[in-house]
Amino acid sequence: MSEIPILTLTTFLPLIGIFFLMFIKGEESFVNKTSGYVALLTSGIVFLSSIFILANFNYSNPDFQFVEQQDWIFNFVNYKVGVDGISLSFILLTTFITPICILATINSVKIRLREFLIALLLMETMMIGVFCSLDLFIFYLFFEAGLIPMFLIIGIWGGERRVYSAFKFFLYTLFGSVFMLISIIYIYFDAGTLDVEKLLNIQINKDYQKYLWLGFFASFAVKTPMWPVHTWLPDAHVEAPTSGSVILAAILLKMAGYGFIRFSLGLFPDASIYFGPLVFTLSIIAIIYTSLVALVQKDMKKLIAYSSVAHMGFVTIGIFVFNQEGIEGSIFQMISHGIISSALFLCVGVIYDRMHTRQISEYGGVVNVMPKYAIMFMVFTLGSLGLPGTSGFVGEILVLIGSFKYNYWIAFFAASGVILSACYSLWLYRRVVFGKILNNKVQNLVDLTKTEYLILTPLLIMTIVLGFYPALVLDLISPSVEKISSNMVNYLKFANLGN
Amino acid sequence: MIDFQNIYPEIFLIMSTLSLLMIGVFFKNSFALVKKITIFALIICIPLVYVNFGNQILVFNNSYSINVFSNLLKIIILISSAFSLIFTGQYLKRINIEKFEYMILILSSTIGMFVMVSANDLIGLYLGIELQSLSLYVLSSLDRNSLNSSESGVKYFVLGALSSGLFLYGCSLIYGFTGSTNYLMISENLSVENLGIIFGLVFVIVGLAFKISAVPFHMWTPDVYQGSPTSVTAFFALAPKVAGMGAFIQILFVAFKGAYVEWKSIIVFISIASMILGSVAAIGQTNIKRLMAYSSIGHMGYALAGVAAGSIAGISSTVSYISIYVVMNIAAFTCILFLSREKKYFEDIRELGGMSKNHPIVSACLCLTLFSLAGIPPLAGFFAKFYVFKAVIESEMYMLAIIGLLSSVISAFYYLRVIKIIYFDKNKEKFDEMSGFGMKFSLTTSSLLILFYFINPSLLINITDLASKIFK
Repeated sequence: MSEIPILTLTTFLPLIGIFFLMFIKGEESFVNKTSGYVALLTSGIVFLSSIFILANFNYSNPDFQFVEQQDWIFNFVNYKVGVDGISLSFILLTTFITPICILATINSVKIRLREFLIALLLMETMMIGVFCSLDLFIFYLFFEAGLIPMFLIIGIWGGERRVYSAFKFFLYTLFGSVFMLISIIYIYFDAGTLDVEKLLNIQINKDYQKYLWLGFFASFAVKTPMWPVHTWLPDAHVEAPTSGSVILAAILLKMAGYGFIRFSLGLFPDASIYFGPLVFTLSIIAIIYTSLVALVQKDMKKLIAYSSVAHMGFVTIGIFVFNQEGIEGSIFQMISHGIISSALFLCVGVIYDRMHTRQISEYGGVVNVMPKYAIMFMVFTLGSLGLPGTSGFVGEILVLIGSFKYNYWIAFFAASGVILSACYSLWLYRRVVFGKILNNKVQNLVDLTKTEYLILTPLLIMTIVLGFYPALVLDLISPSVEKISSNMVNYLKFANLGN
Repeated sequence: MIDFQNIYPEIFLIMSTLSLLMIGVFFKNSFALVKKITIFALIICIPLVYVNFGNQILVFNNSYSINVFSNLLKIIILISSAFSLIFTGQYLKRINIEKFEYMILILSSTIGMFVMVSANDLIGLYLGIELQSLSLYVLSSLDRNSLNSSESGVKYFVLGALSSGLFLYGCSLIYGFTGSTNYLMISENLSVENLGIIFGLVFVIVGLAFKISAVPFHMWTPDVYQGSPTSVTAFFALAPKVAGMGAFIQILFVAFKGAYVEWKSIIVFISIASMILGSVAAIGQTNIKRLMAYSSIGHMGYALAGVAAGSIAGISSTVSYISIYVVMNIAAFTCILFLSREKKYFEDIRELGGMSKNHPIVSACLCLTLFSLAGIPPLAGFFAKFYVFKAVIESEMYMLAIIGLLSSVISAFYYLRVIKIIYFDKNKEKFDEMSGFGMKFSLTTSSLLILFYFINPSLLINITDLASKIFK
C-alpha cells in the first residue's frame, strides 16, 4: 500500500481540478456548465479516494497510518502527512461535504461561478491538508492558507455587509494564528523538531507549556469559536453565500476542535490540565449565553450561527474532560454538527433562493406549500437539538456522560444547553414552517427541486444512519482516542498527586 | 593592478555608463536604444559578478571588500535595477520624460550601490551613498514640468543632504576615537566604554536609517514616493533599499560587532517603530504610491528585525526578506504602472474598483502580491517574515516577535482593503491593455515566483546562509 502516496494525492487532487477549470474557454453559459461538471467530478474523485483510504485503513491501530515523509525545507521542516482514526473521520467529513457544497453552488450561484468553484476546491485542499499534516509547520500553512479563498468567497459572493464580515473573519483568524506561529517557532528551538509524531513522545518543559498552550489556544479559540471571540462567526455566516456558510460551519470550525485534540492535549498535557477550568468556564458561558442570544435572533442564518457556537461549546467541554467518552463525544458531535448544520444552512438557502430574505418574520406556514421541504427541515432541526435517533443525540450524550464523570456541575450547565437548543430550534421551526401563511410570497413557493433533493438527501441519510449506528464513526476513532485519553488520565493522576 | 582585476563588474558598469552617455549625446532620439543597452548591460553584469561569487578579497588597502555577501547583494541590486527599467513599458514616453539621462542616472546610482555594499571603509561608504543619492535626487525631479516631481526632488535633496551631514559627523567622531575609517581597524580599536564611538555610531545609524527610510527618519518617503514619476518610485522602492540594508549589515557586523549590545536597542526601536508606523499610517492612504511608501517603511522594519537578532541566522533572514521584498515590489509596481486609461495614469486606489472583472489576470496577480505582502501563507512573503521571526525568536527576543507579527496583522488590513476594492467593489471603466513585452514579463515572473516559492523555500535561504557566514 505504501507505494502510492494516496494521502498527498487526495490532498492535492482538487488543485488538478483547478488547473482544468482555469483553461475552460467559451461563452459564459458553456463555461459555467462545464466548470460545474469539472468541479463536481474532481470532488467526487477526491471523495472516492478518501473512501479508498478508509477501505485500507487498519481500525485497530491507534497510530498514524499512510505516513508519507519528504524533505522540504532543508534541515527544518519535513513534508509529513499521515492519518489516524480521528483525522480520517474529519477528512471523510470534508470530502463528503465538498461535493454537496459544489452542487449547492452550481444550483444557486449565477455570477462568476467558475471562480467560486476554484475557491471551493482550493478550500478542500487546505482542509484535507490541515487534517492530515503531521508537521506543525505544514499544519500552520494549511490552516492559514484557507483564509484567502474563504475571504474571497465571503467578500465576492456574500450578502450586503459582506466586506465588513470578510474583514472581520480574516483579521480575527489571522490575529489568533500569529500567536500559534510564535509558539510553533519556539517549539522548534526547544524540541529541535516540528514532527508531530516525535513531539508527542517528547516532554516539553512544564514552565513553557503554559505559554505555548496559550499561543495555540489563541488561534483555536478564535476558530472554534469560543466566547468572547466568537463575534466574527455570526457575521461571516450570515453574509457568506450558502455554500460558504456550509464550509465554515461544517469544516473550518472543526479544524480548531481537531487542533485542540491533536496539539493542545497531545503536546501540552500539563498545561491542558492547568487551563481546563478556563476552557470549561468559557464553554459554559458560550453554551448558555449564545443559546439565549440565538433565541432572540430575527435572521435565520444568524440563529443557526449562534447555535453553532453553542454546539462547539459542547465540543470543547468534551475535549477538556480528558476521558474517552468526552473526547469521543466531542469528535462525534463535531462530525454530526458538520452534517446537521450544513444541512440547516442549505435548508435556509433553499428558501432564501426563492424569497431572497432570511428574516424569520417574513415566513410562516411554509408547510402548506412545501411539505417535503418541511419534513427535511424537521429532521435536521430535531437532529440539531439532539433527538435520540439522530446523530446529534449521540454526541451530546457522550459529552454529557464524559463531563459527568469529571465534574457534575459542568454536566449540569452543559445539559441546560440541550434544553435551550430545543427552545430556539423548535421555535424557529414553528415560526418558519407552521402557522398561517401571512406573506403572499410564501403562497407561491415551490417545493424542493431534484437538485435540492440530491443535495439534502445524503445529509439526511447520514444524520439518521449515524443516529442509529454511531459505531460507524466510533469504531474508527476509538483506538486513537483511547490512546490520547489514557495518556491524559495518567497526567491527570500525576497532577492530582502533585497537589 | 591586481586590485582592478577584482572589481571588473564595477568597471564594466562605469564604462557602459560613460559610453551610453556618449551614445545619448551623439545620436538623436536614442532613448529606446539607450534603454535596451542599459538593460542589457545590467543583465550582462550579473554573470560578471557571479564569476567571482565565492571569492573573499580585500582590495585598495582593505577599503573595498568583495565577498559572497556583497556579491549576492550586487546581484539582487542588478536584478532590481534591470526590472525597474523592464517594467517601465510606455510610461516614460507617455508622461514625456523620454530622456536618455534617465538610464544614465539609474546606472550611476547602481554603481553607487555597488560601492555601498562593498565598502569596507567609512569614506568609501560615504562616496557610495553620495553617488547613489545624487542620482536619485535628480531622478525624482526628472519630470520637471510637474510641480510634485520638482518638489519631491528638492525635499529629498535637502533632507538627504542633512542626513549625509549627520552621517559624516558620525564618521568623524568614529575616526577621532578609533584613529581609522577602516572597518577592520575600527573593530580592532573599538571599546564600548568610549562614549564618543557610541555617539558616532548613533549618527552613522541615523544616516543609514534615512537611506532605507526607517522610522523615525522616514518623513521624506511618502512625499517623495508620491511626487516622483511612478517608474522612479518603483526604483526607489527596490534597489536603494537593498543597498542600504547591505551597508547597514556590513557596518554593524564588521566594524561594530563588538558593540552589539549598544546598537541592538537602537535597531530594535527603529524596527518596532517602522513596523508599527508602516502598518498604522498606511490605513488611511488613498494614493497607491503613498500606500506603497508606508508599506515599504513597514517592510524595512521587518528586515531590520533580522538585523536586530544579531546572529548569522538573522542576517540571512534579512537578506532573504529583502530579496523577496524586491520580487513582491516588482509585481506591485508593474501593476501600478498598468493603471492608465487612455494614456492617463491613476494613483487613487478607488480607481481600481472592480478591476477583477475587466482584467482578471492582472488583478489576480496583484491580489496574490498583496496577500504575499501581508504575509499570508503559502506565498513568498510569509516565508520571508517567517525566517525573520524565526531568527528573532532564536535570539530570545519574544516581544519583538510578538509586536512584529501583530503589526503584520494590522498591515493585513490595508492590503485587504486594496483587494476589497479590486474584487468586491463596483466596476469602473477599463484600463488600457497591458502594453509591451517588458511589463508582461516582469509581472509573470514575479507573480510566479511569489506563488511557487513554497515548492523549494530552502533554495534562497541556503544561498543567504552561505552569504551570511562571512560575518562569523
